[in-house]
Amino acid sequence: MCRSDVAAAVALALACTLSHAGPGTGKAPTWPGIGRPATPAEIRAWDIDVRPDFKGLPRGQGSVARGQDIWESKCASCHGVFGESNEVFTPIVGGTTRKDVQTGRVEALAKGTEAQRTTMMKLSTLSTLWDYIHRAMPWNNPRTLGVDDTYAVTAYILNLAEILPGDFVLSDRNIREVQALLPNRDGKSPRHGLWLPTGKPDVRNVACMRNCAPDVKIASSLPDHARGSHGNLADQDRNRGGLRGQVTAASATAAARGGEFAAVKELTGKAACLGCHGVDRKIVGPGFNQVSEKYRAKDNAEAYLAGKIKAGGQGIWGQVPMPPSVTISDADAALLARWILKGTPE
Amino acid sequence: MVSLSHPGRLRRAPENFLDDAQVRAVQSGRRDFLRQALVAAGAAASTGALAQATGEKLILEPQPHATTLGQPVAATGYGMPSKYERNLMRRESPGLTRVSAASVAFSPLQGMFGIITASGLHFERHHQGWHDLDPSQHRLMVNGSDETLLKRPSVFTIDDLMRMPAVSRMHFIECGANTGMEWGNVAVPTVQYTHGMLSCSEFTGVRLRDVLDFCGADYRKGRYVLAEGGDGSGLTRTIPMELVESGEVLLAYGMNGEMLRPENGYPLRLVVPGVQGVSWVKWLRRIEVGDQPYGAREEVMHYIDMMPDGTHRQYTSIQECKSVITSPSGGQTLLDRGFYNITGLAWSGRGKIRRVDVSVDGGRNWRTATLQTPVLSKCLTRFSLPWVWNGEAAILQSRAVDSTGYVQPQMRQLRAVRGTRSIYHNNAIQSWKVAPGGEVSNVQI
Repeated sequence: MCRSDVAAAVALALACTLSHAGPGTGKAPTWPGIGRPATPAEIRAWDIDVRPDFKGLPRGQGSVARGQDIWESKCASCHGVFGESNEVFTPIVGGTTRKDVQTGRVEALAKGTEAQRTTMMKLSTLSTLWDYIHRAMPWNNPRTLGVDDTYAVTAYILNLAEILPGDFVLSDRNIREVQALLPNRDGKSPRHGLWLPTGKPDVRNVACMRNCAPDVKIASSLPDHARGSHGNLADQDRNRGGLRGQVTAASATAAARGGEFAAVKELTGKAACLGCHGVDRKIVGPGFNQVSEKYRAKDNAEAYLAGKIKAGGQGIWGQVPMPPSVTISDADAALLARWILKGTPE
Repeated sequence: MVSLSHPGRLRRAPENFLDDAQVRAVQSGRRDFLRQALVAAGAAASTGALAQATGEKLILEPQPHATTLGQPVAATGYGMPSKYERNLMRRESPGLTRVSAASVAFSPLQGMFGIITASGLHFERHHQGWHDLDPSQHRLMVNGSDETLLKRPSVFTIDDLMRMPAVSRMHFIECGANTGMEWGNVAVPTVQYTHGMLSCSEFTGVRLRDVLDFCGADYRKGRYVLAEGGDGSGLTRTIPMELVESGEVLLAYGMNGEMLRPENGYPLRLVVPGVQGVSWVKWLRRIEVGDQPYGAREEVMHYIDMMPDGTHRQYTSIQECKSVITSPSGGQTLLDRGFYNITGLAWSGRGKIRRVDVSVDGGRNWRTATLQTPVLSKCLTRFSLPWVWNGEAAILQSRAVDSTGYVQPQMRQLRAVRGTRSIYHNNAIQSWKVAPGGEVSNVQI
């Protein structure tokens, strides 16, 4: 395409670099100087999605046994040792049967016999599970599991769900056969009108104007005991004009302001502490009251706990490890430690 | 004798003659106390005693703000709401989620005016927490699922994107799970929690279609786009190419005249008008053109609609026509009988709002509300209807009709098709009961 004229070649190369819109693209906008080509290495680094037909799945393998090791060190703190925990997230396994593995439909979904829908009850494409573990797990430290680790964790979950045997090694070569064992593989339908704006609605009302509903009965209302469930509604409204928020609980406005521990609420939220620790009860880890009782009389308790908050730990309160809190500063860890030792004051 | 039941008579707002303690008594539901106060005040007014007395101190005496020097300009470089507005905040619904980094904060619709959501009150939904990204370190990659689907895989900086031709458009964004807690029965008390995963802004950005043209996308084969976020969840959603081709899908950096807020995806998010919020991928880092839907986690595990037979509808995306009365609404108390302006919001993911009807008798009879301009496609529309409350029980409802002729359904009609076990896409008519005492509460009929 370039002539031997050096100056012309340089000019053309420059133009190509600036616009990288080659000739003959027709309607493509001309925006010289905008954007640059993505390099193959950059595309490999970011294009990690895996589709239901397994396009994008990298080669690799992982055993159930290896998956169990990873699970217990990196996953069980939130999901429970058997993937059954309902404390931090909804359970991963449960609610599926051997019969479902044969039929490809989860019977409990149709019958409504399970109180909750677990991951394995809903999962219809194995690519989804693999892709999500690889891109987003562990939850507080995503994208730290390698390809083989991802195969291993996926295999272990399927073993917990009694889909794969304990000696199985999942790989890119046998993953399609495993897809054919998913209990809910035929449980999804794209046949509905909610995919595109031009889709056909499934529910039809008519705009009647007079004497439309002769028998109006209240079928559901909020029970009295739930009146204060969302705090004091009077504190949640502007309270100007002809309306006022109802007084449904003691005002929280005064308690929420000022004090040494004013920043604690935001901190515990940021570090997701309360998913695993109750203020006054054990969840996955010990309750803050238990921690306070154990350490408050000890020397250097604050520094010790602050270190534990930062670094995580295992073995003192049980075998489920606490992951490190990489986003918490030293000062904030000390504040949290002080707050816990003082009995989590308001 | 004062007539309290005379319809259409405008009464003084109660704060004119009720002190704070008395207003609090009304808020707490002790209306008998108010009745006595009303009669006493009314009697006083009718004899002219109040009008002829000294009058209100705040009028008769100079006030501090009128007799002292106020604060200088730029005392706060970025202005904040009045301290008297602190009640209106984004709030979590207690017990809805267990981890606040994968949770929802609802917009206080009960206190909002017009159709634009103040950026600080825009609802929040994060899947793995939010970050405040440095825009100079942010990149958007555009590629194909293979080299045949897009000729020129490219990387753009925020500088690049802000140099491209831009458009600004007003659109609503609603989470697919908005009103999801109410599929089975009444679960939450106020419109903030029933409908507050809803906001509306003016978004500024580049048409995705232009960028795909620039990169040489193959529209014949590439009928889907994958949008991917740059947060820890790397959230992905499939967007049908029809939506991109319409020119409506934007790569947006602006919101309400400034840059996006960090909680809303700063510095770049996808805007997919009419489609549920999860597809408006935040901290957008990558667009991929493909020839199949991607079966992402938020398309297989969540944002799927459970049907009575146990199947899940997958890729349900459009937010169908819906409306809600925001004032009076659940958790509020009407201070007095007399005139009220019933007002609320209507929207449709399929186009414009054509009409909104309002009922005060639980759906027996309806009157057509006034639509305030502008009425824009896939944007909130504000409606209102004057109402004189006579002190009797009432059930307030609104019912929207969109430009396709679709009429917002009743709860029982939705349930007849989709059952009660779904979480998503509940666009049913909302009912607010007004008790004779003035308390407004969330009910289903």
